[in-house]
Amino acid sequence: MRVGDALPQLEIPVTRTLIVAGAIASRDYQDVHHDAELAREKGSPDIFMNILTTNGLVGRYITDHLGPTATLRKVAIRLGAPNYPGDTMVLTGTVTALDGDTAEIGVVGANGIGYHVTGTVTVSLDAREAGE
Amino acid sequence: MSADPAGDADEAARFHALLKDFEGRPAASGGRAKDLVNEPMIRHWCEAMGDTNPAYTGPDAIAPPTMLQAWTMGGLSGHGDRSYAYDELLALLDGAGCTSVVATDCEQEYLRPLRPGDAVTFDAVIESVSPRKTTKLGTGHFVTTRMDVHANGEPAGTHRFRILKFAPAQRAAQKRPPATRRPRPVINRDNQGFWDGVREHKLLIQRCTACATLRFPWLPGCHACAGPDWDTVEASGAGTVFSYVVMHHPPFPAFDPPYAVALVELAEGVRIISNITGVPYDKVRIGLPVRLEFLRVDEDLELPVFRGSEG
Repeated sequence: MRVGDALPQLEIPVTRTLIVAGAIASRDYQDVHHDAELAREKGSPDIFMNILTTNGLVGRYITDHLGPTATLRKVAIRLGAPNYPGDTMVLTGTVTALDGDTAEIGVVGANGIGYHVTGTVTVSLDAREAGE
Repeated sequence: MSADPAGDADEAARFHALLKDFEGRPAASGGRAKDLVNEPMIRHWCEAMGDTNPAYTGPDAIAPPTMLQAWTMGGLSGHGDRSYAYDELLALLDGAGCTSVVATDCEQEYLRPLRPGDAVTFDAVIESVSPRKTTKLGTGHFVTTRMDVHANGEPAGTHRFRILKFAPAQRAAQKRPPATRRPRPVINRDNQGFWDGVREHKLLIQRCTACATLRFPWLPGCHACAGPDWDTVEASGAGTVFSYVVMHHPPFPAFDPPYAVALVELAEGVRIISNITGVPYDKVRIGLPVRLEFLRVDEDLELPVFRGSEG
């Protein structure tokens, strides 16, 4: 792994099921994440993904690539364009810093209307991976 | 609009001073997770996220670190851990018309993994309340809280969370009335074949049977030789952005500006106007390679669109 390395992209189809399942698995019962009618009353065109699901998907993106021996240390994300049903989010990542066995990876999740998420993940690597 | 902008600014500053008084006060104290860290909740999370990391299963399983906040959630029944100060702050914002809420930032640090059986406790403080901000969603205040999470009494992580409490912009509600659908294509004898193709996920280009010139969009006669007879060629789906515009204004029902409208040159040489997916509107560029896909807009409309790759 080197600074500047790009991670393979991960496409997440943003289904209604993913939005609702993610909200419930994260124990987030805010109506805007499962009830389209109430979401519209609040000015949103549809239900949208909650931040905990986005956070989980960003974590998954990193460990999918680095494997079970990688340990997440920090995940810092900012949300922009909401993830509405029917969209696709494409996660991309770039290694921005490397210090011993600790890597910092910049992550962007783009959907059809803009950047859903931008963030930075700090991860401890398996010693073998870091040494390569 | 206020008739007196200076007076409005004074009022905003006074209100912000009131909100700032909450900084440093607890948002939760002595909070207890409703459940011990447990395998079923971990499994449900992994299923939802599509996360197959083996570290989250088996006898030595840890919980996905990004679940940190999930353990502290009140769920449907809520919990009494939310402090009076935090409730009071939210009520004050509700009273000022900032009735909607959206999470904008989450910063988590994981100090030690959580394992099934761990008892999670948490304390949180109101870190900051922003001055009044106008965002795309509406006008409101950002509220940042910082939570310290413990497992069996040991520090397990920190969780900084920012929400925007806002008054929804009028525009947002008008922007997409529920019944608004994309305009329907006008289908007639001249272009019926094109839409039949779209239904079968084929992008069909007309070809003059007299001179073999390709033409798009569909027309009754050949622009090269005026021949009336034609057959079709199925587009390979490869193309590049030949030109584009970004629509900001005016907003049309069922469309959500800003968005890019592109003129895509197909590998076969003809051009088609369509939307670009997979790339934010401000990243569309001339020469961007794109690939055909079909977008289901609603139950009875599917459209050919083009997916770009930023690489």
